This record gives sequence, C-alpha cells and structure tokens, in this order.
Amino acid sequence: MLFKFLKSSDVKTCEITPEKTYMNRRIFMQDSARIGAGAASLAAFGGGLIGASPAMAAGRKLENITRSGRYDTDERQTSYKAVTSYNNFYEFGTGKEDPARYAHRLNVRPWTVKVDGHVDHPGDYDLDDLIRPHALEERIYRMRCVEAWSMVIPWVGIPLSDMIKRLSPTSKAKYIRFETLVDKKQMPGQKRRVIDWPYAEGLRMDEAMNPLTLMAVGLYGETLPNQNGAPLRLVVPWKYGFKGIKSIVRISFVSRKPNTSWQGLAAHEYGFYANVNPAVDHPRWTQANERRIGEFRRRDTLMFNGYGDEVAHMYAGMNLKKYY
Amino acid sequence: MRIFLHILAISPALWLMWQGGLLYDFQDNMLTANPIKYIHHYTGEWAIRFLLLGLAITPLRQIIKWPNIIKYRRMIGLYAFFYVVLHLLNFVVLDYYFDWATILKEIIKRPAITFGMAAAVLLLPLALTSTKGWIRRLGKKWRRLHRVIYVIAPLAVIHNFMMVKADLFVPFIHLTILILLLGYRLAPKLGFSYTRG
Ligand code: HEM
Repeated sequence: MLFKFLKSSDVKTCEITPEKTYMNRRIFMQDSARIGAGAASLAAFGGGLIGASPAMAAGRKLENITRSGRYDTDERQTSYKAVTSYNNFYEFGTGKEDPARYAHRLNVRPWTVKVDGHVDHPGDYDLDDLIRPHALEERIYRMRCVEAWSMVIPWVGIPLSDMIKRLSPTSKAKYIRFETLVDKKQMPGQKRRVIDWPYAEGLRMDEAMNPLTLMAVGLYGETLPNQNGAPLRLVVPWKYGFKGIKSIVRISFVSRKPNTSWQGLAAHEYGFYANVNPAVDHPRWTQANERRIGEFRRRDTLMFNGYGDEVAHMYAGMNLKKYY
Repeated sequence: MRIFLHILAISPALWLMWQGGLLYDFQDNMLTANPIKYIHHYTGEWAIRFLLLGLAITPLRQIIKWPNIIKYRRMIGLYAFFYVVLHLLNFVVLDYYFDWATILKEIIKRPAITFGMAAAVLLLPLALTSTKGWIRRLGKKWRRLHRVIYVIAPLAVIHNFMMVKADLFVPFIHLTILILLLGYRLAPKLGFSYTRG
C-alpha cells in the first residue's frame, strides 16, 4: 500500500486515445498479426506502445452477442480504463492497481473447469465446452463494491442457470460452490496468505438460478482482461462485488452452505449472502451511500443494488440484519 | 539543510497535487479511478510516517550520536500534523462533502474513526504550542504536554490497523516501529541500560 510512482507517460497515451479508436486499432492489429510475420512484428511493436499501461491488455472481440436489454441499466457506463485498472483481485496483490500490473502473468488458455458434487454430468471441462453451447448475452449491470464504490459495467456472458441446467444437478444440490485457481507462479499475490487460498464463493441454488446471475467471459464486447477475472467469472449484481469470484477453476454442487473466503477472514463483517443493503452497515463504514466511479458526490445505495424486483422474493421473511 | 528537509517533507503533498492536477476526466485519473480513496490512504500513510519519524529522533540522536538532529524534530512533528489535516480535510470535504450529520455519525459510531479523530484532536494543541513563544511561556509544562505524543502514536497505529480491510502487512510494520521506539524509552525504566560513549 505504499504509494507507487507512475510514469506520467504510462497513462497519458491511453487518456488521449478515445476508447473506440484504440479498440479499432487493437482489432486491426490482431488482424494484421494474422496476415504475416512482418505485420506481426509491427503489431507487436504497436502493442508494446499501447500496452504501456497494463490496463490496455488486448482482449479478443467476441462475436454473436445478443442484447435483450431486459435487465440493463441505462446509466452512464464506467470507462473501460477505470473498469480494467481499479480492481480487487488479491491473487495479484492487495493494491487496487496490482491486478492490472501483474495479471498478464496469468495464462488463460487452455482453461479447465472441474465440475463435481451432486450433478449428473461431472467432469473436467474445457472452458469452450462449458460456454459454447449457450448464447452470449450482453448485460449492463451496476456493480457495488463492499468498500462503498460502484461502477456500471457491460458484461458479456451466459446466464448461470443455462449452464446449471445442462450440467443437471441432483436434488441433493442445495448450494453451488466456486473456486479460483491457485498458482503462486501465475498469481504472485498468493505468495502471502492474505486469504486462505483458494478463494472460494458460493450461492444458494435459487440465487444461482436467478436470471440475473451471469457467468461472464467478457466486458465491453471483448474477452475479459485478466485483471477482471479471465477467463470465467461470476457476476451477481445485487450482491457486493466480492461475491463475483474470478478465474474460476472449479464448480461444485453441494448440499450444505459452503464457507466463503471473506467469511473466513472476518465473519462478522462479510456474510454468506452479502446482499447490497443500505440499512445494514459494514461495522467500519456506512453502506447507506456509495461513490460511483467517475462522480464526485456520494449517491444513495439502493436495496439489492436496485435489483429488488428480480431478487427480493428470494429473501422474503428472512432477517437480513442477521443474514447479511 | 533545513530547506532541503522542507522540500523532502512537502514533496509527497506536491506529488499528490501534481498527479491530481493532471485530472481532467475523473474516471481516468492518475490517482486510480477512485482518487478520493487514494488520497485517504496516501495522506494517512504519510501522516503516520512523520509521526513515527518524530518519535525516532531521540533514539537516533543517541544511537548515531548526532545531537543536532533535535533541531528538526519540531518541523517533522508539524509535517505529521500537516498530513493529518489533509487526511481529515479529504474525509470532510472530498469524501463526505460537508455532510455533517453523516460525518459525526461516522466518527462516533466507528471505533476506528473515533481513534483517528482522537489522535488528530490531541495533535492539535501540540501543533499550536510548537512556536518559540509558547515553548517559553509554558516552560516545564510544555514538555509534559508534548508527552501526549505517546498516546497519539498508538492511537494512530490502532486506527491504521482497524481501517485496513485484509492486508495487515503495512500496519504491522508501523506497529513494529512503534514498539521499538516506545520500548527504547521504556527499557531504562525497566532496569535495562544503554552504554553511552
Ligand atoms: C493522527 C491522525 C491520523 C493518522 C496518523 C491516520 C492514518 C491513517 C492511515 C495510515 C490509514 C490507512 C491507510 C491505508 O489503508 O493505506 C488511514 C485510513 C483512514 N483514515 Fe486515518 N489517520 C488519522 C486520523 C483520521 C481522522 C481524524 C479521520 C476521520 C475523521 C480518519 C479517517 C480515515 C479513514 C476513513 C480511513 C480509511 C480510508 C479507506 O480505506 O477508504 N483518519 N488513516
């Protein structure tokens, strides 16, 4: 958390390049890389320049994305740069800029996800085999971090419910548990035991089946940058951001409520449900309001992060002060 | 020498302003996408560094036998106060924008912030009485008053510990330094003695 010296040249290049221009440039670069070795080296040179800020790590453009707009917010989207340079991903360090700096070490291809527990089709799946049978959708969601800041992010992914239906859990499966990769070489933050690795998260089965719950593989129309949890992450927009586990390597269907990483760290501060709730404060700060990244004044935090219509029924009759 | 130290001590603040000055799109800021939080951490860290540095002067004087270093202690203390003021201003102005109801509630309700506030409030009389005039006027009492720093520093370290979310590495470093510095002073009272040349 010691402050870091950023070279002003690192960031300026990006700031003066409008998002669209550089995206086009990047796509162009990939195309030219395919054309021939000469062009490829030119592209590599360009990539080196633009890649000066790691936040700019190139994503691959995703094809055939459907946009129903049904669950989308029309609020101003947080800039690509902010979304990809301000991250909590302790596997790469606890500073907000550490993930963008170190996540390039993560190798996301090939990627295998282990599916086990009470399920008809367990096994080790290649990522493509998990995702390809389903249609990619764009979902523009609010993201509320437990640290009282928020963003608006256009994710690309598939509804988790689609994936679950195909994997076909048995009636014993009451919860779903996710696990992040453990590999000190690729994830330097794991050299210190800030968290009892692997990072683990979980959902109740009805939460997992909720149409809002997304398995994301991209954002802003491209594959996920590593620092945002490539190649596969969870997005649960009515819960605090830490529920959105990143770089998932294991999905287990279990009968009992799984222990989650942040509960393990401080159970009185971070609960299993972690629903966004302005009426239940974090012991050390208020959750009644938040700072939207890019805005100056704080704004009021909405119950269930504004997704009450879709999710409130799942918690009817529950004491949300107790089950925070 | 003094000017050099001033430049050294003020440069973190200038650096912060310089980076902040480059801000033209709040979203793509040099000070991360969330500059207010960044300033919080940054000013807090420098405040605590100067506090600990101030406490280190007496031991340093004796260990490296550089008695003149005491001349700079007041200045270091005042810089600690300076960064605490920036830290507090950031909280009141940038973070909560004079929302006094919330600010008061936060100070009272959150023990971590209560500790920080207590440290800041206690630091105020020390800063005010740091002029030559006050030192003369208070005489012996001045020394007694300024012993409050032995309360302020632990409060600040406690505050630091409580504010951090998960990674306690940096607060542990601060705590270790604090224990060494206080231990150095306590040890003779507990019967240890340092050999002095
Ligand atoms: C002697 C006085 C103080 C010192 C030395 C001090 C120092 C610190 C330090 C070292 C941190 C942790 C930075 C990090 O995590 O990297 C911190 C955080 C914080 N301090 Fe202070 N502080 C003081 C007084 C105050 C006061 C008076 C307030 C408010 C009324 C305050 C509010 C905060 C808040 C809100 C944070 C957390 C920022 C965040 O995580 O978003 N502090 N402080």
